[in-house]
Amino acid sequence: MIYMYKVAVVGDKDSILGFKALGVDVFPVVEKDEARRVVDTLARHKYGIIFITEQTASLIPETIERYNNQMLPAVILIPSNQGTLNIGMDMINKNVEKAVGTNIL
Amino acid sequence: MAILNVKPTRMELTTLRKRLATATRGHKLLKDKQDELMRRFIELIRKNKALRMDVEKELHESFQEFLLASAVMSPELLKQAVAYPKESISVEIKKKNIMSVNVPAMNFIRKLEGDEGSIYPYGFVQTSSELDDAISKLYGIMPKLLELAEIEKATQLMADEIEKTRRRVNALEYRTIPDLEETIRYIRMKLDENERSSITRLMKVKDIIQKEA
Repeated sequence: MIYMYKVAVVGDKDSILGFKALGVDVFPVVEKDEARRVVDTLARHKYGIIFITEQTASLIPETIERYNNQMLPAVILIPSNQGTLNIGMDMINKNVEKAVGTNIL
Repeated sequence: MAILNVKPTRMELTTLRKRLATATRGHKLLKDKQDELMRRFIELIRKNKALRMDVEKELHESFQEFLLASAVMSPELLKQAVAYPKESISVEIKKKNIMSVNVPAMNFIRKLEGDEGSIYPYGFVQTSSELDDAISKLYGIMPKLLELAEIEKATQLMADEIEKTRRRVNALEYRTIPDLEETIRYIRMKLDENERSSITRLMKVKDIIQKEA
């Protein structure tokens, strides 16, 4: 199954504007409901990868969680311009704990 | 350990023996699967962690430059500068099978692949050099970011699968197999007991018949 997927970036406007110059579709969001709606819509519309800033992701943890055990889309957290909240790292550590039982890293 | 709720008959014994053989075989296979998954997972997660650290650091730097650019330029001009990108990134996704886990194999396609021209979608008259730096930096991070997406998704899916497999292995090892063994022993005992009792009965009957004759 080969299909061309698009790449999206979701987050606050100032953080993600730079991605636009690279030809990635950007979707600035501010509110929680808006963020959830945007992510869900993107997932339905052939976006294979959705980068979302940690600040925005922290508003909608359930939505992010929901896409974690599906093959597509890949929802990947990136830091925003206010720095990182370490959610991305935490998720890696949580995965290790889930798989191995203890954190071995 | 509980004895399963079955009648102690020879037929039941045969079915249980078959089930035990299947369970043992399944347990061995699943255990192998779990070991191999774990090995691959640990390999990937180390890479994942290093890559994420790298990407976060570089993104941070790029954002800083972008912040500088937005400080120097007016917001309208900035928006206008990036409004019509030259480059366009899409991704071709195939399924890859790692130990029965379907993980995406992503292949990135840039429209400007092989194009030697500038990546900046704007003229240099109204924009500052800070913006150039920020964007060229971001452009450099992009391949790493996309690789991160691929690896991180794979580790997420594999972590789920490992958890599931571990549960199955444990259920077989500590519940199904001991239960079956216990029940098989119980049925064997019961059948032996029945046989002994029927032999004694026969001997008794024979004695009585001989006495009467």
